[in-house]
Amino acid sequence: MANAFDEMNGFGEGVREPYRAMAEWLQTQKIDDLKKKRVEAEALFRRTGITFAVYGDGQAAERLIPFDIVPRIISASEWRRLAAGIEQRVKALNAFMYDIYHRQEILRAGRIPEELVIQNSAFVPEMIGVDPPLGVYSHILGIDIVRTGPNEFYVLEDNTRTPSGVSYMLENRETMMHMFPDLFAKNRVAPIETYPDNLLKTLESVADKSLDRDPNIALLTPGLYNSAYFEHSFLADTMGVELVEGQDLVVVDGALFMKTTQGLKQIDVLYRRIDDDFLDPLVFEPTSLLGVPGLFDVYRAGRVTIVNAPGAGIADDKAIYSYIPEIVRFYTGSPPILNNVPTRNCRNPSDLAYVMEHLSELVVKEVHGSGGYGMLVGPTASAKEIEAFRAKLKAKPQNYIAQPTLALSTCPTLVDGGLAPRHLDLRPFVLVGDKVRLVPGGLTRVALREGSLVVNSSQGGGTKDTWVLQD
Amino acid sequence: MLGRTANDLFWLSRYLERAENMARLVEVGYRIALLPREGEGYNEEWRSTLQSAGCEAGYLAKYEAPTTADVINYLLFDPDNPSSVRSCISVARRNARAQRTALTREMWESLNSAWIDFQAINPNDVTADQLPALLDWVKERSATYRGALLNTILRNDTFYFSQLGTFLERADNTARILDVKYFVLLPNYQMIGSSVDNLQWASILRSVSAHRSYRWVYRQAYKPWKIADYLILNAEMPRSLKACYLEIEQAVAGLQKFYHQADACIPSAKETLAMLENGNIDMIFQSGLHEFLTDFLARNNRLGHQISTVYHFNG
Repeated sequence: MANAFDEMNGFGEGVREPYRAMAEWLQTQKIDDLKKKRVEAEALFRRTGITFAVYGDGQAAERLIPFDIVPRIISASEWRRLAAGIEQRVKALNAFMYDIYHRQEILRAGRIPEELVIQNSAFVPEMIGVDPPLGVYSHILGIDIVRTGPNEFYVLEDNTRTPSGVSYMLENRETMMHMFPDLFAKNRVAPIETYPDNLLKTLESVADKSLDRDPNIALLTPGLYNSAYFEHSFLADTMGVELVEGQDLVVVDGALFMKTTQGLKQIDVLYRRIDDDFLDPLVFEPTSLLGVPGLFDVYRAGRVTIVNAPGAGIADDKAIYSYIPEIVRFYTGSPPILNNVPTRNCRNPSDLAYVMEHLSELVVKEVHGSGGYGMLVGPTASAKEIEAFRAKLKAKPQNYIAQPTLALSTCPTLVDGGLAPRHLDLRPFVLVGDKVRLVPGGLTRVALREGSLVVNSSQGGGTKDTWVLQD
Repeated sequence: MLGRTANDLFWLSRYLERAENMARLVEVGYRIALLPREGEGYNEEWRSTLQSAGCEAGYLAKYEAPTTADVINYLLFDPDNPSSVRSCISVARRNARAQRTALTREMWESLNSAWIDFQAINPNDVTADQLPALLDWVKERSATYRGALLNTILRNDTFYFSQLGTFLERADNTARILDVKYFVLLPNYQMIGSSVDNLQWASILRSVSAHRSYRWVYRQAYKPWKIADYLILNAEMPRSLKACYLEIEQAVAGLQKFYHQADACIPSAKETLAMLENGNIDMIFQSGLHEFLTDFLARNNRLGHQISTVYHFNG
């Protein structure tokens, strides 16, 4: 990956325009001072309690996500194109979900193999015929985007279930403004602080229209030991809505209520941050204690809106992913503005044969995996790891997809030896309700280990503030 | 507000108040253990400290007899002791984290940094000379949180449930300290007038940080009935039972106003307050100090249960 595109320096032709002021500023800074600032930033995060839990890591119950103080900068024109592509994509994804849970035109037209949808574990048959308000299934999405050149952006993943990280986007900005106010005087950075307002408006817009009062909204968390608990409480707090657990909720007379100090209070929109399986033990996982018995019936009767809708995971299934350009064309009638990474589905024998031949060059992912677990990065894997993976692949080829190893763009990052390029990606957060709302920016994740392409926080990735410049 | 939120806020305040009281009890116990004594005096002193803290049974299940090192460790650091300072701070912080949205940033950060700092303390490193500073630190952290609460929180249900937790716990604590030592205060106490008495009386006042203010209020040497009067009936004394019930009555009245509905806890809070307002210390001594305190502790307990039922603490 020696020739990766650098966000600041391009392919070595000098400082790119959006980074001009930043590069000048960096030149005037001493590395030791920057390192002190980083320590300050971490103390700030820890005191505020911006932590996450890493599963399977017994003792480190609460950890910080490393924060890098060199921002990632996107020009206004780059952002315009990304924003247009994202909007097109999320509209198509929602149209796709409405279709497959209703008339299934796309399957009848033969554009996607029927069994890929119907037999997919992310397809929720209970959702067939259910009409979510405004026909929206995925209201809150995080679109993972990577870059390999000046104009080469690819969508790596569409997170359509319960994407997380938006609180880091907002807190990173707070921290940067707190520590480097002068930088914001030198750069015209588009504000992102309207996100909580936008989220609230989105949630309100999908409430039952026949209500004769303002809708009551609550955010459902699995509880304070969940890895994203900080984000759940942050969002509830910034929106001013109640943060509830399953134990706080009850279904009575066909409606959903929370148990307050003054008795029961009805909930009209539930922003849930628990997986489909745990939502309602009567319909899904019967042993779940996180959800609410009877919730799905209330939903089906239209008396509560669940955000995101059950079954929304079908749209970010990795086996469906390779069909998304087709989905965009089918529902919007236009070619996709943002490209997919070319993807091979190992369920196809010819693709599987190719993947087996080229394991050391490819990234192979589990179809239902997330968080960077259970994937193979061919170029950096040992021969032994590759052989072990080959066996898994052979046993269950339908569980895997493969993509070329992209030379993800890099950005200068503060490491022990000073500033050095590190690979990164970008997750803009987009909201879909009465309209599409997108704040300019997103969460930039950076792989802190030299040469590493894995940016997930559970795998040692860090984050950066993300700036979209204004014209 | 969720019933669970009210429950967490109530107990958050109770546990912080408990941590502070624990620090004070250890301070007094340690002071007495340092003094030259005859016989097994200080063992007994630690025993009564454990009783005042409500930790005697738990301690004796683990250790044979009270020794200075074991008692201090048990009351400050032992995670098996649900009332140790460590347990109190971590439950308080857990509740704060669960109810982060109900707290102001100042409240949360003061508690979170207390927890972070306490985690960094290794009990084996706390030598005798560092103990007073550590105990001061605990009181200071509790004061910082209370200060953040009083200065930054809206006067809504979050405030009132927090006040109820603080003052029910404080009343319980003051009453328990008095009850463990009630015999020291009785007029027929056999060693009356000895230096031991003075020391015992001073230690009761010290456990509620009242040994200096007593002099200002009563302008005379320690007298057992004055001490009892001070800690039970004196509204000026912020840890007296009466002062606690004045706050409790205000908090339940505040809830009634905030929720626009009759508060079923008001009659019992008022009744206890009336008992304290109409009582005088002679009557209390005549009908039995121990009996009075036992009755008070039961009332205080009942009110706690009543609040948790009326406001659906458990759903």
